Amino acid sequence: MKRKITMAALILLFLLLQSTLCQKISVASIKPNLLIILIVSFGLMRGRKSGMMIGFFCGLLADIFFESIIGFNAIIYMWVGYLSGYFYRIFYDDDIKTPLFLISVSDLAYGIIQYCFRFLLRGRIQFFRYLGRVILPEVFYTLIVTIICYRILYLINQRLNLSDNRGVDYFV
Amino acid sequence: MKKKANEQLKNKYMLAVLSALCVLLIVVSFLDSSVVAPVKQVSGFLITPIQKGINGFGSWLSGLTDNFEDAQTLRLENEELQAKVDSLTEENSQLVQDREELRRLQTLYDLDKQYDEYEKVGARVIAKEPGNWFQLFTIDKGSDDGIEPDMNVISGGGLVGIVTETGPNWSTVRAIIDDNSNVSAMVSTTSDQCIIAGDLRLIDEGSLNLIQLTDVDNKVHVGDKVVTSYISEKFLPGILVGYINELNNDANNLTKSGYITPVVDFRHVQEVLVILEKKVYVPSDSKSVQPDTTDETDSGDGTENPAV
Repeated sequence: MKRKITMAALILLFLLLQSTLCQKISVASIKPNLLIILIVSFGLMRGRKSGMMIGFFCGLLADIFFESIIGFNAIIYMWVGYLSGYFYRIFYDDDIKTPLFLISVSDLAYGIIQYCFRFLLRGRIQFFRYLGRVILPEVFYTLIVTIICYRILYLINQRLNLSDNRGVDYFV
Repeated sequence: MKKKANEQLKNKYMLAVLSALCVLLIVVSFLDSSVVAPVKQVSGFLITPIQKGINGFGSWLSGLTDNFEDAQTLRLENEELQAKVDSLTEENSQLVQDREELRRLQTLYDLDKQYDEYEKVGARVIAKEPGNWFQLFTIDKGSDDGIEPDMNVISGGGLVGIVTETGPNWSTVRAIIDDNSNVSAMVSTTSDQCIIAGDLRLIDEGSLNLIQLTDVDNKVHVGDKVVTSYISEKFLPGILVGYINELNNDANNLTKSGYITPVVDFRHVQEVLVILEKKVYVPSDSKSVQPDTTDETDSGDGTENPAV
């Protein structure tokens, strides 16, 4: 229960930060993608189910608050969370290299999917221009923020594991 | 072991169900956006106060860092002067426009009355779309203050965008630099029609596409002022959009295209004014309006708190 409340609060916090504070720290009109960090981190630390659920709710809330089409971000983030859950227990989650790699791949995939469905379909065909100006800078910026954020998320997860009193091996 | 396999199967099953749900939601919201409107209303109602708070904190924080860069007094003075410059620019552009068209307007006095002064409400930008792809933002006023979808939003004397959705205490605004945005506009000196289209590829230049300009007399020049057109369905006529900074002939030799520099600084827009008046659009009639018999009138834009 405590975990669920914490997770809900984290999702809401990250979403709010993404829409408000990120705007203030944006560099050359590019914001880091905090939601991907949260989703991939927990997918990696907690497994497929957690990643999937967090991704789904993050995406759904982002859609509800900001998009006219509901469900698009939800489905992408859900799959991102689910797939990153495959790395649970294969890699150690206290090493920052794995999340860094996973988050960059996820953010890259997210950018490409966004481009394909929302720009390519409208006839904007200069893929490399968007890749160079939006997708890759976002990946890079997100990576930098990950270095700070991941430690905090890791510690939160450790605390929750302790208070769960069930050990790390138990699924949510 | 069996339990684990079971668990995994359950996860896969759940993923499939949720994916199907998402697809269903996409289809439903794509076909009829009114279905999801109530959910948005409730969530917006809950989240807007928090966004306001965080944003206030963020402003305070960025204000704090500004203090390191320069003295507080200088900053205030600069802000004040900037506001003054903006209001003077606005006033000046209005005066120039007035002079250009006084002759014609005197004969169309009734029309002038109609757009004399729009009622406006000021609002603060509290949140931006989470991704880097679109230029939507949320403001802290909504239907309680009389804002409705399709109302025009201005700031610092120029057009910012249009309200797309409203809740009780929030509204979503799509900026004119959004990739999906198209504004019917015209060159104020010659009244030649064109379309101003936002483009993500131009975020570095901070400019907008100007397309389909019909300029048969070759009288439009770089530096000319572009205002919203009177044949636009949703935008009130005569709101300043920007200035032409490049103009080229199209391959068809009939129209021209180029770029304009908007008057609004979209990266730092914090306070906006929403015009509480919607364009009255008469379908199919307005298309037959002759460009030389009628004209746009005084814009009556806001001059206060531009906060650039």
